[in-house]
Amino acid sequence: MIEHLQAIFATSIIFIILLSVTALYCMLVSRNLIRILIGLELLIKAVTLLIALTGYLTGRMALAQTFIITLIVIEVVVIAIAAGIVIGAHRHNQSLDVRTLRNLKG
Amino acid sequence: MTSPLLFVALLMLLLLAGVWTVMTLNLLKSAIGLAITSVLLTLLLFLLDAPLAGVFELSVCAGLITVVFISAISLTKPLTGPEASERDRSRVKRFFFLPILIAGAAWVLYALGLRLDSPLPPAIAEMDVRQVLWNVRRLDLVGQILIILAGVFGVVILFKDRSDKKEAPKS
Repeated sequence: MIEHLQAIFATSIIFIILLSVTALYCMLVSRNLIRILIGLELLIKAVTLLIALTGYLTGRMALAQTFIITLIVIEVVVIAIAAGIVIGAHRHNQSLDVRTLRNLKG
Repeated sequence: MTSPLLFVALLMLLLLAGVWTVMTLNLLKSAIGLAITSVLLTLLLFLLDAPLAGVFELSVCAGLITVVFISAISLTKPLTGPEASERDRSRVKRFFFLPILIAGAAWVLYALGLRLDSPLPPAIAEMDVRQVLWNVRRLDLVGQILIILAGVFGVVILFKDRSDKKEAPKS
């Protein structure tokens, strides 16, 4: 049973790290503001899976679910606000390119 | 867990969906890829005995956040013509290294042979998730309400109608 859990942990942790690498690469290399937000979303998904896996392995699934629910609420608010800022930036600069965001003038 | 093979297959699909989301050229397809990633994560959460978190992930992340992304994409003007083709060429160049990076990282991680060496703690006869949420982590709920209120105020301020702004005096 323990070997079985260890195998699941080892496999899952590799995929979680690879998903995080993909998300970080997207956030670092993209120049489009919406695509950067998509990268952030992918990173949050990797973290969600990590929390669930930890809860499963330690037998504290209810606590892990509580944390995941809190994480999802925070995620939604962050994405809604960030999408509003992106739309505002587009109205101001007529572009979604991060290189056009050169001043803080409102 | 009933089926470890299904779990690993879903993990692979999750990674593939994530890579496709990042690498596809069309932003709309990218948002749809993110929704597919959310659905796959929901299935993984169900396999990990987290049905409540899975339902939240499915309804909020695969539903609401996809709608927010598609609205944001439709409210912004996409590039067209030579600008778009130049952008696509530049993107292909920049994202060419991602599959190589992932393959390299996978090989390194596999070679490292990650193992959970510390003994697992004994499984705890835990309370129901509703009891944990409402009794043990009550303060988290207060925090969630405050965050939602902050989000609502933020959205109201960001999308406030600017027509009430004082007009500049005409000279």
